[in-house]
Amino acid sequence: MLKFNIHILSIVTWLPVLGGIIIIALFKKDKATLIKRFATVWLGLDFVASLYLWFRYDSGLGGMQFLEDHQWIPVIGARYQMGADGVSVLLILLTTLLGVIAALSSWEYIQKREKEYYALLLFLQAAVLGVFSSMDMFLFYLFFEVSLVPMYFLVGIWGGENRLYAAIKFFLYTLVGSVVMLLGILKMYFLTQDPDVYSKITPATINLLAGNPAAAAIVNNTVTAAAHGGTFNIIYLQAMGSVLPMDVVQVLLFFAFALGFAIKVPMFPFHTWLPDAHVEAPTAGSVILAGILLKLGTYGFYRFNIPMFPAASIDEKYFGSFGVRSVMIFLAIISIIYGALAAMYFVVKKDGDVKKLVAYSSVSSMGVVMLGLFALNPNGLNGAVMQMINHGIYSAALFLLVGIIYERRHTRNVAEFGGLSHVMPGYAAVFLAMVMTAIGLPLLAVFISEFLALRGAFEANPFWAGWGTLGIILNAGYFLWLYQRMFFGTVDNPKNQKLSDLNWREWVYMTPLLILSLWIGCYPKVFMNYISKPVNAVVKQVRPAYPIPGMTTPSLPIDSRTTGQPLSPGQLPQGFTIQPH
Amino acid sequence: MYKFIWLVPLLPLIGAALNGLLGRAFRFSERTVAGLAVGSVALAFLLALAAVYSYGFGGESRWPNPYVTSEGGAFVYNWIPGGAVRLTQGAKERETMAPQTPHNSALDVEWSYQLDPLSAIFMLVITGVGLCIFVFATGYMHGDAGFYRFFAYMGLFMFMMLVLVMGSNFLMMFVGWEGVGLCSYLLIGYYFDRQEAANASRKAFLTNRVGDFGFALAVFAVIGTFGTSQYTDVISQASGYPIELLGHWGIMSWIALGLFIGACGKSAQLPLHVWLPDAMAGPTPVSALIHAATMVTAGLYMLTRTNVIFQHSQTMMFVVAIIGALTAIFAATIGITQNDIKKVLAYSTVSQLGFMFLACGVGSFVFGIFHVMTHAFFKALMFLGAGSVIHGMHHEQDMRRMGGLKKYMPYTYWTFFAGWLAICGIIPFSGFWSKDEILWNAAATNYIPYGWVFWLIATIAATCTAFYMTRLMAMTFWGKEKFLEPPAGGEADEAHASAFDKGLTSHDARKFSAGDRPRHEPGEHVGQTHGKGKHDVHVPHESPANMWVPLAVLAVLATVGGLVGIGPAFKSITGSEHFGSRLNIVNWLNPIIWNPGTHSFGNASHAETATSGTATNAGQVPASRAAEVPHPAEATEGEAAEPYGDTGFNLAHTIAQRIGHGATEWLFIIISLLAAGAGMGLGYLFYLKDTRLPGIWANRLRPLYNASYNKYWVDEFYGWAITRRTMDIARGVFAFDSRVVDGAVNGTAWLTRLSSRITGGIDKYFVDGLVNAIAAFVIRLMSPLVRAAQTGLAQNYALMMVIGLLVAVAVFFYTDIVGAVMGR
Repeated sequence: MLKFNIHILSIVTWLPVLGGIIIIALFKKDKATLIKRFATVWLGLDFVASLYLWFRYDSGLGGMQFLEDHQWIPVIGARYQMGADGVSVLLILLTTLLGVIAALSSWEYIQKREKEYYALLLFLQAAVLGVFSSMDMFLFYLFFEVSLVPMYFLVGIWGGENRLYAAIKFFLYTLVGSVVMLLGILKMYFLTQDPDVYSKITPATINLLAGNPAAAAIVNNTVTAAAHGGTFNIIYLQAMGSVLPMDVVQVLLFFAFALGFAIKVPMFPFHTWLPDAHVEAPTAGSVILAGILLKLGTYGFYRFNIPMFPAASIDEKYFGSFGVRSVMIFLAIISIIYGALAAMYFVVKKDGDVKKLVAYSSVSSMGVVMLGLFALNPNGLNGAVMQMINHGIYSAALFLLVGIIYERRHTRNVAEFGGLSHVMPGYAAVFLAMVMTAIGLPLLAVFISEFLALRGAFEANPFWAGWGTLGIILNAGYFLWLYQRMFFGTVDNPKNQKLSDLNWREWVYMTPLLILSLWIGCYPKVFMNYISKPVNAVVKQVRPAYPIPGMTTPSLPIDSRTTGQPLSPGQLPQGFTIQPH
Repeated sequence: MYKFIWLVPLLPLIGAALNGLLGRAFRFSERTVAGLAVGSVALAFLLALAAVYSYGFGGESRWPNPYVTSEGGAFVYNWIPGGAVRLTQGAKERETMAPQTPHNSALDVEWSYQLDPLSAIFMLVITGVGLCIFVFATGYMHGDAGFYRFFAYMGLFMFMMLVLVMGSNFLMMFVGWEGVGLCSYLLIGYYFDRQEAANASRKAFLTNRVGDFGFALAVFAVIGTFGTSQYTDVISQASGYPIELLGHWGIMSWIALGLFIGACGKSAQLPLHVWLPDAMAGPTPVSALIHAATMVTAGLYMLTRTNVIFQHSQTMMFVVAIIGALTAIFAATIGITQNDIKKVLAYSTVSQLGFMFLACGVGSFVFGIFHVMTHAFFKALMFLGAGSVIHGMHHEQDMRRMGGLKKYMPYTYWTFFAGWLAICGIIPFSGFWSKDEILWNAAATNYIPYGWVFWLIATIAATCTAFYMTRLMAMTFWGKEKFLEPPAGGEADEAHASAFDKGLTSHDARKFSAGDRPRHEPGEHVGQTHGKGKHDVHVPHESPANMWVPLAVLAVLATVGGLVGIGPAFKSITGSEHFGSRLNIVNWLNPIIWNPGTHSFGNASHAETATSGTATNAGQVPASRAAEVPHPAEATEGEAAEPYGDTGFNLAHTIAQRIGHGATEWLFIIISLLAAGAGMGLGYLFYLKDTRLPGIWANRLRPLYNASYNKYWVDEFYGWAITRRTMDIARGVFAFDSRVVDGAVNGTAWLTRLSSRITGGIDKYFVDGLVNAIAAFVIRLMSPLVRAAQTGLAQNYALMMVIGLLVAVAVFFYTDIVGAVMGR
């Protein structure tokens, strides 16, 4: 129960920053080998540290755990609050794992300015980890914005020919979204100072969203400290969302947040930065971008949009015959089918770019996440969250694989390949496994998530599931065609005659992804245990009447902030203390 | 014993994993690979045999109740804990029912195996026939560079297929369903350097995906209706739902439609049949195992497994029958004109699958499964026989270059002969029993209207079957030895000519012509090679023992395998309607077939389960009060049990009213034998007696011949209407994406740049100009003044400071000063 003073989330988050500083301060520019080894080991260390979360997250208890709470900027009520629920834990682990893999995959690929490269990689890692572990909206936004900067440089310095265009496009596009989101955050912040709004918040809501007594106590602690000022505590903001009336303010707020996240996801029609960024980014950049940065968007929907604006999230008639949810579902379905068709273009085309294909397939795959999220039922949300993880695994793996062949041939043009099975059998086998994962073959990871997400969508509306399933057929179409064009047939191109198969380093970083794919596919329960409670809480927040058997929420008495009284120690659960302000 | 069924799928998987993961690294010898693969399958077969025996006949027999491993805790785990579920489908139907409490409201998909009469049959067929094919393949694939890879895929296939039929819920069926699709993909594309193999494998996978689209939606609907995907729960709940008559469309029809689309994909029914003939690009043992005996019958397994759902929808029963009959005749007519030995067999398989679907559609699921079984025997036999021929002919598949092989390959010939009689439906070979029952049930059905039309179509299709099979026999084994003739040019010889021109040897797999070519080492001497000169001839040779022994085993099965389903017409000989008590397939399967007439299980309308020995056990199933239900074929005696009400004219019943029930059955048996005989006679006439006839008739019926020879242009149509159009759409979408969507983004950027340029211009020339102008003005105006102030005298500066201080004080204390002055 005592998850207060461990600071594990801070350690995991700031460890990469320390590593980056060490690299900048202590290493000489020309010690490239040393730098890359150090960075890899350091990221490995971070991964090991994050395993603590995996083993110590109490999924029976649920809710936000590993809490930290410190005074930060008292003037505006922003606090340094960290906490992670099961979803965050999985995403943090994915991030730290992909961090190591990204570093490993860069050993050969990056041949200039290694010092800056690995330092930026570490900083990027820290920013993303911060996003997943913040429990304070201000802190979240800070990390969310900062994560853009290292990525911008990674694409802009180590990218392909057109890297500046791609980097600037990526940066500005996502910045536009997050600036609009900032307006939304500010509005929410001011609402926390409005007694008309916050006096309606019930302890039950906070208990539901906090998930466990410790987290609920922190909320109480925060609002007590804030007195009648504003607060950025995420759980409190979520709880406040449920008392906002369904009117133009809520709808505007929803779309302000949604724009910022939809660009990150990316949803149609805000996706065009993605293929450009991927094509230009170095392999590790693509891995982080597809594997993790896209998840910031869907994570945002999961963490903010849906629980903060439950009435808008489920609304289907605000604009007459359709509503906010209809817009989101419509865009999700378009993303699924549109992304798949656009990806198909790169095999239909004679000399398509493999990386662009994978990038567009990401649009399709993230559409499934959005469809599952806005199904707004346990199946759909479980599937969506699992799809975030699974997409992180398989798209990262595919980008790595494309990177491997690019390192050998310096091209990603489909027309250049053919018959690679003959010369690179190991590579072909791994590629096949990942393609099969991507098209949702049962007993591999994506099947679980796509099945659940679409099953959830079916529960909401059979036609949504029908359209979504159609997109999945198309996925199979272009991936198999790609595989055929690259690996089947004879080795026609003499340049491919002497390609070497995977080396030990490539095996080292592909193996965990293969194992994960099989593990999640065969025994997802281990992973789904982490997310079921938080997901159920979100469903309950949106649809209080949804019957979820066996669901329990803590019932800690939350003092109304109007009384200004902190919880007395007697009201706290056993083994639990609150740090004084 | 049946507690160990979880080992049955696991064993082949272990074999496959060892071969696949270690075979390459440790350079397993062919012996090791074959030993692992065949050994694991043989063990699985023995285990399955023991399990089925103990389940059905042993001391702890629990037939016909399903055994699910989760009840004994033998092997089970919670696979997908999906979370809470709301029953959103079928609410309208539930209103009309007695209130039911749903099984559970959380989706917890478990991984457990189920043994019941249906899965028992499939387990035995898959492992048994599979074992024969594995043994055969060790000979057939001898010398292939990817020997270990081949057996790894095959073992994986066995695992997936067993999961498909042994899983205890829809999700596991889906796992197996997609899994066998993957293995089929891998195995069709096994010779992946051949373009057509690669294309065929992709086509197979994608066509199946279209089917899976329906299947997936049906699974969603099942969960949305029943709250669970476990068969036992779904089936017991579903039996309480109201029946949807012809023209009525409710939840059961929807689910059945989705499932049926899936079944059409996997079992190659119209309009999704196109992949199966192309799939012949795979090695021949693969065609035998996957594309004849096991995987393609998965659709039948699914229909029978969910027969409760299908029988709730008379419309869907009708649809199933229509599709089945159409497929049967459609594929049979194509089979007549094909020249590739494997293509003939492939279309024959499609056609036979049509028969099986027809059986399900007319309500006799039992005989659908019976035909699955007999078909597995004789079609696997014929495919392996064809493989043996191809092997003996040094990888020639064109029947126009064969003939007279009887002399050279006696074992292959005689085993194939048995298969030929079986598929033609000659008594007492296995095919007769199942096919005849299907025809009879089509004529006598009271499930759907127009049974006689289905009977007529099926009988014509059966005649075609006998015809093209006789044609195959004549062109391959009888008649002139055409391989001795010098190649006469034309399509059949192009492959040969080009191969010889390139100086390749007969067993050289590295040539790019059509067909099934194991990768023998170039120049390796596998059989006798005679002749000399450029276009030399290869004299065929008999295959080694590890190839013909499995053939012999299958030939025995194809001959006597049908005896487990001797029909009621032979009552006078066998002494009972369904001879053999539980060993009779009808008695064995009946308890899982739902009867829409009585709303209970265990009484297919074609059988009396109350034969000796079953009555006691049948009592375990509350539904199997079979004896109380009259035989529908005895409608003449005024006891009609028409499950969905009147279905109009019924051929069999009408005749039975005239001549009596028993005589009618015999009449239909004679008709079906005559049909087979007519087909065989015609085949003999055309391809042995007077070999000019085919050419003459092909010319007379040129349009029909062309349509059949070109497979009714279905492939071309799909290529044009679906593949090309999807590609066009993909192009269009990308053009839209890069021009419109990204154009808007870049346009915004351009606008921003433009406005910044304008603003910059304004700033530079207007705002800054103004500032500069003012500055210049100020300078010009003020400089004399300021210059004047710069006196350089300290006193002046001190004075200015004092004045400044005073002003500052005045400003700062303005209010106080004003207040003091005003006297407040």
